[in-house]
Amino acid sequence: MELFLFVVFSLITLVSAAAVVWHPHPVKSALFLIVTFFAMGGLYLLMQAEFIALMQVLVYAGAVMVLFLFVIMLLNLKPRGEDRSAFRKRLRWAAPLILVFLGAALTAVTSPLAQLGPSAGQGVGWVESQGGNVRAVGRALFTHAFLPFEVTSVVLLVAVVGVIVLAKKERR
Amino acid sequence: MDWIVYGVLTLVKTALVLFILLTAVAYATLMERKVLGFMQLRLGPNRVGPWGLLQPLADGVKLFFKEDIALPVSEPRLYALAPWVTAVAALTPFAAIPFADTIFPETVSVFGRTVDLTVYGIHRGVIADLPGAVLFILAISSLSTYGVVLGGWASDNRYSLLGGIRVTAQMISYELSLGMAVVGVLMVAGSMRLTEIVEAQSRLPFVVYQPLGFVLFLTAAFAEACRTPFDLIECENELVAGYHTEYSSMKFALFQLAEYAHIITVSAIAVTLYLGGWQGPYLPSGAWFALKTAALVFFFIWVRATYPRVRFDQLMHFGWKVLLPLSLANVVATGCFLMIWG
Repeated sequence: MELFLFVVFSLITLVSAAAVVWHPHPVKSALFLIVTFFAMGGLYLLMQAEFIALMQVLVYAGAVMVLFLFVIMLLNLKPRGEDRSAFRKRLRWAAPLILVFLGAALTAVTSPLAQLGPSAGQGVGWVESQGGNVRAVGRALFTHAFLPFEVTSVVLLVAVVGVIVLAKKERR
Repeated sequence: MDWIVYGVLTLVKTALVLFILLTAVAYATLMERKVLGFMQLRLGPNRVGPWGLLQPLADGVKLFFKEDIALPVSEPRLYALAPWVTAVAALTPFAAIPFADTIFPETVSVFGRTVDLTVYGIHRGVIADLPGAVLFILAISSLSTYGVVLGGWASDNRYSLLGGIRVTAQMISYELSLGMAVVGVLMVAGSMRLTEIVEAQSRLPFVVYQPLGFVLFLTAAFAEACRTPFDLIECENELVAGYHTEYSSMKFALFQLAEYAHIITVSAIAVTLYLGGWQGPYLPSGAWFALKTAALVFFFIWVRATYPRVRFDQLMHFGWKVLLPLSLANVVATGCFLMIWG
């Protein structure tokens, strides 16, 4: 049953992720991205990580994608139509990029940071020993992942300030 | 064997909740018209049945037999999908809201076999007692935005599109404050399970500990349910009817159903988080839950009859510059109180 659900959710994730790239219509690309996020939430649920799954739906599917749609609709982007030569030209970058991302994913899986959490097969017991999902994530954020967590928040703050500086008109 | 009993009882609970919720939605429309009539010194609907009590039935039949006008829109599938997204997102949160204490006995015997119903909390008055119920509800109800956005966009109508765009901007302005207001309750209760939050209020409802949080939550809930004074997405004097201008017949009915279901859902969440849920003396627990929720729904209608609609930029300013700082301050203050007296 778990394997079946895993295959279903993975297929939905992969197919809709491909559709995000391939679909000529920007709004529909965004809609497929929402489907991708939902299926990824399902994958997290299968890993007993319901906090991450709900956060995935709440933050990415619920809030971030609404902003995406807002911007796409405001810009009133037209479908790219039948002429896809520009799209094909960019496709030649796809292969090296895929290699880079595969390498990054493999590094992340094999790095010592990946050993902090539970290893395969002991996920449920580990989460229970931490007193549930929310507590496990909270404890991780404020103990051994504290520095990356705070650095990320500073980076986000810098990004916010940068956007305001760029968007603000000069006053004389 | 046990699994069949669990499955059947869960289906029974789901059917019960859906039936009561849909009936409540139908009568919420009548309640709105009656209360608005009373507050505006009119009679309201009084032709169908005694005191107009059969009016929702007549409305339903009328909407069902209306012509479903097939518009030549460019995205017919998304146009048809949009009302369903909104309706499903408005009804689903009820799967996690505890509506009564216990509704089944702890054990039942089926064909001479005793089945323990305390497993998975089958005997409790909630369909699914999720450990992250609060997050689940916030996540699902935030999805109703998509129905409105898609409906507004797929209608190929500028007024509809403006309604759809407004809902996105409105949603990002209040969603954060809504979540932050709830954090106060989670801190006091020390749990995200709604059944445990309700049980933690057996002595005092959390509105006593979280008065500011309750006001912030209710304000954000008005924006979440898109009700006056924040019903900019269907603002009739600027946008005809906003996102559902181009909808007719049952598709329009689904949007209407979603609107009233949303009011009832956010009222039920507010009751569960702040007003003690199903807890109360003398009356059975389900009755207390229904009474409290109905009182909040009345409050929604009362506000509609009292306040004018705010302007669009006023809502954004209010969300970001008043609601959000106040809700963050509420979290900090709650943390300090818990540190000192907790």
